[in-house]
Amino acid sequence: MSEDFNDNKTIQAQSSEAISGGGSGIATDADYVRPAEVADQDLYHGHSFITKWIFCQDAKVIGVQYFLLATFTGIIGLILSWLMRLQLGFPELVPFMTAEHYYQFVTMHGMIMVVYFLTALFLGGFGNYLIPLMVGARDMVFPYLNMVSFWSFFVAVGVLLASFFVPGGPTGSGWTLYPPQAILEGTPGSGWGIMLMCISLILFVAGFTMGGLNYLITVLQARTRGMTLMRMPLTVWGIFTATVLAMLAFPALLVGALMMSLDNVLGTSFFMPTILKAGEVLEYGGGSPILFQHLFWFFGHPEVYIVALPAFGIISDLISVHARKNIFGYRMMVWAIVGIGALSFFVWAHHMYVSGMNPWFGFFFATTTLIIAVPTAMKVYNWILTLWRGNIRLNTVMLWCLGFIVTFVNGGITGIFLGNVSVDVPLSDTYFVIAHFHMVMGIAPLMVIMGAVYHWFPLVAGRFLDEKLGKWHFWLTFLGAYSIYFPMHYLGFIGVPRRYFEMYDSPYVTSAVGMNEFISLAAFIVGAAQFILIYNIIKTLKTGKPAGHNPWQACSLEWLTPTVPPEHGNWGDRLPTVHRWAYDFSVPGAKEDFITQTTPPSEVAHTKVEKT
Amino acid sequence: MHVGIIFFLVILGSVLFHIFTPWYWTDVASNWGGMDDTITLTFWIGGGVFIAVCLFMVYCVFKFSYKKERKAEYKPEDKKLEKILTWATTLGVAALLAPGLIIWNQYVNVPKNAIEIDVMAWQWGWQYRLPGEDGKLGTTKVVNINDDNPFGINLDDPFGNDDVMIQSDVINLENNRPVKILLRSVDVLHNWYVPQFRAKMDAVPGIVTYYWFEPNKTGEFEVLCAEYCGVGHYAMRGGVEVQDKQDYDNWLQQQETFSDLIAKQKILENEKTKLAKK
Repeated sequence: MSEDFNDNKTIQAQSSEAISGGGSGIATDADYVRPAEVADQDLYHGHSFITKWIFCQDAKVIGVQYFLLATFTGIIGLILSWLMRLQLGFPELVPFMTAEHYYQFVTMHGMIMVVYFLTALFLGGFGNYLIPLMVGARDMVFPYLNMVSFWSFFVAVGVLLASFFVPGGPTGSGWTLYPPQAILEGTPGSGWGIMLMCISLILFVAGFTMGGLNYLITVLQARTRGMTLMRMPLTVWGIFTATVLAMLAFPALLVGALMMSLDNVLGTSFFMPTILKAGEVLEYGGGSPILFQHLFWFFGHPEVYIVALPAFGIISDLISVHARKNIFGYRMMVWAIVGIGALSFFVWAHHMYVSGMNPWFGFFFATTTLIIAVPTAMKVYNWILTLWRGNIRLNTVMLWCLGFIVTFVNGGITGIFLGNVSVDVPLSDTYFVIAHFHMVMGIAPLMVIMGAVYHWFPLVAGRFLDEKLGKWHFWLTFLGAYSIYFPMHYLGFIGVPRRYFEMYDSPYVTSAVGMNEFISLAAFIVGAAQFILIYNIIKTLKTGKPAGHNPWQACSLEWLTPTVPPEHGNWGDRLPTVHRWAYDFSVPGAKEDFITQTTPPSEVAHTKVEKT
Repeated sequence: MHVGIIFFLVILGSVLFHIFTPWYWTDVASNWGGMDDTITLTFWIGGGVFIAVCLFMVYCVFKFSYKKERKAEYKPEDKKLEKILTWATTLGVAALLAPGLIIWNQYVNVPKNAIEIDVMAWQWGWQYRLPGEDGKLGTTKVVNINDDNPFGINLDDPFGNDDVMIQSDVINLENNRPVKILLRSVDVLHNWYVPQFRAKMDAVPGIVTYYWFEPNKTGEFEVLCAEYCGVGHYAMRGGVEVQDKQDYDNWLQQQETFSDLIAKQKILENEKTKLAKK
């Protein structure tokens, strides 16, 4: 191992004179960038297959590892959703589908999609790949810790999936894991299943904390010269703020899981009051089930924004690049991200309006919840105003962006229904809720993920994904998902409760049978359509059109590496120097419709750039 | 071109679906029609915003599709426009929040003349208890519950003796008379929910929760458990029958009180001991 370290490049801090004066040869004061204050980072370069691709310390490889494992887990979540939809649309078609299994599938689907798919993919996947590249760092600041973060996630997924094979199967307590039922007989997996779920979550949080520290400190300390905070791409802002939220929110989940495990194993009573079960009084007493709900949602609501904020950031960048126009109201966008992040810690109990907590809380949490709608709406306005008078490329990436706007606005507005305390009363615990959160934090972030995949695949793999397949993938996914979740709201209006294995023939529910079948069919199609992407990736990895440097004519740093795909260390001999924000598109007077972040002002002296 | 058209059709389809949907809420059968009105209001304002944003987007797609010779506008910020949008949104949000809070205020404040009903939930069923002539429910404890005392009433509480016990999952209610539902659970979370009444609240073991409504339509309604409570959740149904005063009073008279139950058990025990002596 020691000779590996000898190979590490140590690059001395560069003085400003050494680099000013770029290509044009005329250095001006405007080109001045503060010199670096610390030496360049030492990196461990792996040589063997194992150190390069398995136990790897390169954030880009770790990002891809996170991406692949999260996707694998997500496919399991997808298959579980198919099984659920089979039961709901065509009851008794699947012979092994008992109520126990149904609830286990519901639970695992929910937990997998929210935590192990979306969170891992946005922060672990995109965060690792993009943060160092976008801020002009060679790698994350703690590469070893970063590697351990991924492998903790790996073990967490292993433990989670192992619960399918233990006695009693995985927990069927719903993804919210509410005690007392989660650890009492009467809920499937109340012994081993819930134990493994809690252990897996604890591992996930521990691993995530390692990664999260990396993202935060890399953004705060390892930005290249000239990359001020207010010049960072919104993707970085989104992931950074989401990580702050995660660092504050995940501990609540961790203690919740830990305390419930103690209740389960040692017989403590954190969440367990006196309970009568099958005619016998259990040896619990004095605990509060609602306490768990507070802990869970103190994590659970910020969790929504842990997924949403990176999505907001990424979509802003995608729209801007492909509309050939600067993101409208950048500063407002940054403050909206930060504001939404801060507010997200004051709204958690809107998940609990009818939980039996003191009902007077309802006034407070309804108000805070509706306040959060304002910065969120501002973001939506700014996205569509970025399209206004843009020069919009209607490629696959832009299609996903447009799909995101429609689904996000739709889901955001149904959120105003549910956040508005008394409107929530008839709708809570019905299919309206399911439709709402799938639209706003299932489909909308998925649109972003897909847009991001089509956008950054040329960087990661050096080749374009096939556009024709991409368009099929988009339209099937968007139209299919919309026809799953838009009508589903109306099931909620009827009053159909969620988490029902079977509806029986309640008079007002029978009318919904046709709709359930339709939704199930749409769900099968949408799920199957995702395999188009997998086919597309496999196909184009070898035969796709080579992308070359900066194929989308973007401004941000990740496209400006000396090699494509970027190699370990990202920047070759010299770190880039940043002179402007990431959105100088279509600047009047410029020859091309973009000016990269590394272009010094002297090179584009005749343009009318606003100060950034 | 076709992109804009498809997105436009999606918006149009959503509006048409909303207008022509055969799936909509059941007729409200309680005083909470105001919740429906707030939903309708939210639909108008929210739906309006949804349509406006999406149509604006569709217009941009038609109007500003990529042309090689054209250059996009360069305009990083427009403070005035951003300010207008912020305030307009704030106003819209406030307009939605206000009625929501007003109705919530009614929801948490129970009218004085409401009759209290003890709704007791377990895995997986319901039973009900009404106050007797004294108008007060006796206090209860989970540990007291047994075959002789199915509600766990504290025996030293004098208010408990005349409590009316309905050991059935169906309860009758008097039309146009407010009821305060007192919820408790002996094991896990449950939620006593009748879609037509709109109202709901979780039953939480260890504490008593409440909500109220005033039924205003006679007839039978189905009770659903609306908080996941384990593998029998979907089968945890019950019923409500809303009756006019006359019918309700008749029904009430036929129900057993706690003291009836105790007396009956005493007789049973006496007979047992007599039999044993013989």
